[in-house]
Amino acid sequence: MGLFISKAHAAEAGESPLHQFEIHSLIDISAGSTNLSFTNSSLWMVIVTLAIILLLAVGMRRGSMVPGRLQSIAELSYEFVANMVRDNAGDGGKPYFPFIFTLFMFILFANMQGLIPKTFTFTSHIIVTFAMAAVVFIGVTVIGIVKHRFRFLTLFVPAGLPIFLVPLLVPIELISYIIRPITLSVRLFANMMAGHTLLVVLSGFAVSLSGFFVLPALAPLAVTAAMYGLETIVAFLQAYVFAVLTCLYLHDALHLHDH
Amino acid sequence: MEVEAAKMIGAGLAAIGLAGAGVGIGIIFGNYVSAGIRNPSAAPKMFGNALLGFALTEATGLFSLLIALIILFS
Repeated sequence: MGLFISKAHAAEAGESPLHQFEIHSLIDISAGSTNLSFTNSSLWMVIVTLAIILLLAVGMRRGSMVPGRLQSIAELSYEFVANMVRDNAGDGGKPYFPFIFTLFMFILFANMQGLIPKTFTFTSHIIVTFAMAAVVFIGVTVIGIVKHRFRFLTLFVPAGLPIFLVPLLVPIELISYIIRPITLSVRLFANMMAGHTLLVVLSGFAVSLSGFFVLPALAPLAVTAAMYGLETIVAFLQAYVFAVLTCLYLHDALHLHDH
Repeated sequence: MEVEAAKMIGAGLAAIGLAGAGVGIGIIFGNYVSAGIRNPSAAPKMFGNALLGFALTEATGLFSLLIALIILFS
C-alpha cells in the first residue's frame, strides 16, 4: 500500500488523487532496522483517541439527570452500541461491550475526521483496518475455543446437514471463516479509499472546468457536495457494519449454531 | 498495444463490476420499501438490516473499483 502510493506520488508529483493517502514521517524514530517513526497517520490516531476521551470525559463530567448536548451525545453513543451488542451478540456478549464500543467509536471518529479537508484518513490504509480485523478474528477464535474446546469445530458443520454433503460444505465453511479478517478489513479500507478518491476526482473536474467557464463548473461542484453527503453516511455506516459484524462473529463463537 | 492504453482498458473493464453492486443496492432498497408499504409497523425494525445489506453489497462493488484504481494509479 505504502509503496503503491509513493509510486503514484512520484509519477505525478502531487497531482494524483491518491496523493492524499501519502504517509510521511513527522518524528524519525528507528529501533535497529525497524522504522518506528511517528507519522501523520499516528498523529491522527492520537488526535482521534484524544477526541473520543475528551467527548466522553467532558460529556459525563456532570452526569446530570437532564443531559446537556455533550452528555446526550455520549449517552446516545453508549446506548446505540449497547443495543447493538444486545441484539446481535446475544447472551454472554455483554463482557465484550467495552471492546466493541471502543472499536466503533475509534472507526467512527476516524472516518468522520477524514472528511474534514486537509486531514488524513488512516482507515483508508489497509494495514490499519487489517490490524483491527485481525484482532477481532483472533480474539473471537480464541474465545470460541476456550468456551467450547473441541465442540468449536462444529461451527464449520451447518446444522441438519446430510452426511454426504459434509466433505463438500466443510471446506467452504472453513474458507468463509478464514477469509473473514480480509473481507472485514478490505470493506472498510476500500470504502474509505474509493470515497476519498472519488471526492478528489470530482472536485478536480470543478477546478479544471472553472478555468474556462464558471457557470458549468457549478455542476461538478454540486455533485461533489452530494457525494460529500453520501460519504458522511458511508463513514457512519462502515463503522456500524464493522461493529455489527464483530458482534455477529462473537455470537457465532459464543453460541455456535444453537441460539 | 501500448501499456498505458492496455491499463486504461483494463481499468474500464474492472469498473464494470460496479454494475452488479448497483443492481444489488437497488434490489435491497426496493424490497425494503415494498415490504415497508405492506407492513409499515415492521419497517423501522428492518432498517438496520437494510443498511447492513447495503454496506455488504456496496463493498463487493468497491472491490472491483479498487482493482480499477490500482491498475490506473500504480
